[in-house]
Amino acid sequence: MTTTTTTTTAATTTRAAASPIADWFSDGWITTRRNLIKIKRVPDILVFTTLQPIMFVLLFTYVYAGVINIPGSSYTEFIMAGIFAQTIVFGSTYSGSAMAQDLKVGIIDRFRTLPMSPSAVLIGRTNGDLFINAVSLAVMMTTGLIVGWRIRSTPLEAIGAVALLLLFAYAFSWVMAYIGMTVRSPEVINNVSFLILFPLTFISNAFVPSETLPTPLRVFAEFNPVSALVQAARHLFGNIPPGAPVADNWVQRNPELTVIIGIIVLLVVFVPLAIRKFDRVSSR
Amino acid sequence: MSFIEAAGLTKTYTPRGSKPVHALDGLDLAVPQGTVTALLGPNGAGKTTTVKVLTTLIRPDSGSARIGGIDVLAHPQQIRPIIGVSGQYAAVDEYLTGFENLDMVGRLYHLGAKQSRIRAQELITLFDLEEAKNRPVKGFSGGMRRRIDLAGALVTRPQVLFLDEPTTGLDPRSRLGMWDVINSLVGQGTTVLLTTQYLEEADQLADSISVIDDGKVIAEGTSDELKASIGGQRIEITLVDPGDSSAAVEVLRRFGNSEPSVGGEGRELTVDAAHAPEALQHVLAELGARGIRLFDAGMRRPTLDDVFLRLTGHVATEDDAPALQTQGRH
Ligand SMILES: Nc1ncnc2c1ncn2[C@@H]1O[C@H](COP(=O)(O)OP(=O)(O)OP(=O)(O)O)[C@@H](O)[C@H]1O
Ligand SMILES: [Mg+2]
Repeated sequence: MTTTTTTTTAATTTRAAASPIADWFSDGWITTRRNLIKIKRVPDILVFTTLQPIMFVLLFTYVYAGVINIPGSSYTEFIMAGIFAQTIVFGSTYSGSAMAQDLKVGIIDRFRTLPMSPSAVLIGRTNGDLFINAVSLAVMMTTGLIVGWRIRSTPLEAIGAVALLLLFAYAFSWVMAYIGMTVRSPEVINNVSFLILFPLTFISNAFVPSETLPTPLRVFAEFNPVSALVQAARHLFGNIPPGAPVADNWVQRNPELTVIIGIIVLLVVFVPLAIRKFDRVSSR
Repeated sequence: MSFIEAAGLTKTYTPRGSKPVHALDGLDLAVPQGTVTALLGPNGAGKTTTVKVLTTLIRPDSGSARIGGIDVLAHPQQIRPIIGVSGQYAAVDEYLTGFENLDMVGRLYHLGAKQSRIRAQELITLFDLEEAKNRPVKGFSGGMRRRIDLAGALVTRPQVLFLDEPTTGLDPRSRLGMWDVINSLVGQGTTVLLTTQYLEEADQLADSISVIDDGKVIAEGTSDELKASIGGQRIEITLVDPGDSSAAVEVLRRFGNSEPSVGGEGRELTVDAAHAPEALQHVLAELGARGIRLFDAGMRRPTLDDVFLRLTGHVATEDDAPALQTQGRH
């Protein structure tokens, strides 16, 4: 770009022409830092993301453990992947309300008049969700280990489980960011995501084995992407007892692959959509 | 040649369930390099829409725009490094401090890390923002946010500066400070396009004024040219007794060269006059001869208020500027 050379006024010297790649990384880092500072300054977010999962882990292990019987395993062990998945899927909705909020207060207009990469604000925002989710996953895993959850697989598989959970949520953040810029109202975003995510996470195998559900719900639960995520995490953490029944469909038999395909599809569709949207929105 | 050139800009919004709004309706604009042009217009005239088109935020339905020879619509990414923008509503990050906001903008303009921090500090000093330097913007007054936002527009000392109602919501001292900043920037060669509802501000700052209404430029020129365009000087008299009104109108009609206007419950009379001092002498002599007593008499040049009123049919007063706009929208 010929940006600095055409400057006729006493312009502040811009950094010696960096490569577009370096600029892109720098832009992404600056916007990520903005979101991390916000997390630091608004402790509610961190309290919510740490206390709420602890509460879930304790509630489910102590309230339902006696009621729900999982053959060959404990309910605590069964439930943990479900809580992980539910919490981080909800964690990725921040990007939706945050983008709507940025539009509302007008700061998107500031960003859009700066010579930065059009993807940077979204990258920073989704990175913020990723950070929040990583923290809450760490908190949940620690709490889980204290109340009796065990990882019964190899470290590599366990890392795979963590990676799938975080990546799925990351991809979902892009979906939410897109929706946030389209709906434009932080309050509506919050309500809509609850309306969609509660059924999605509860009508799944997250909290009860899907075989126990009535047929229509069972079919929904078996093809629900959240079920695939839960099944994959459960499998990779070694929390599925040997000989446990597996629903006879491709999705449930190949949960890891399903999740990986899901992540790729979400990213391929929604990253460009969200960037394009960002390049057009303006406040008001 | 003009540095900012816009021709035939149109933009129509069709809000759901209501009639289309022609925010821009064939707007033309030319701003020479190193000058200040003010867009003056009532609420809804299309000032903000014009600024948004020129700053790459929205695309017009038709028309063209160039800045420094670069096509704004075709190459927005080449425009952004050379412009500084402060929109109508302060666009600052609530959770960042004043310093962090400016530093972030500097980094996103691709100043180096060190350079960006130095510049942020300079602007903190220039805009008298020490108080907001290390505290999150949330909780600061509208005027403080406004100043941080204006400082953000100046981070790179841009070639072109767009200021949408830059002093709305500033206290008188900050407003004068802002005028100083704008004047000194122009001294350094920056081209400025600002919008304002304050006639005095346009008068003070602008080399050239474009009066816009309903998405079109309806008059342009220097402040003096605009005033001259609606006639020369005028004579104003205030009567002691409103009962003398019709007799006084007759006198004014004889020595003035427009139909006298009557206001203030029949006591305030105004008429245009080509040679006002001479006409005033005649008027006073004649009124004296008829025994009509005066409370006040004088002549004045038309103000931009008169221009505005004459051209748009609206009165522009400072009350028009919604005070809430500076609070950001929450
Ligand atoms: N996004 C939008 N959707 C619908 N109508 C819009 C939109 N943006 C602007 N308008 C309409 O276009 C017209 C021009 O708006 P604009 O904001 O440019 O006016 P303005 O001169 O800046 O007014 P003000 O002094 O109130 O800031 C107004 O009637 C406004 O309601
Ligand atoms: Mg406006």
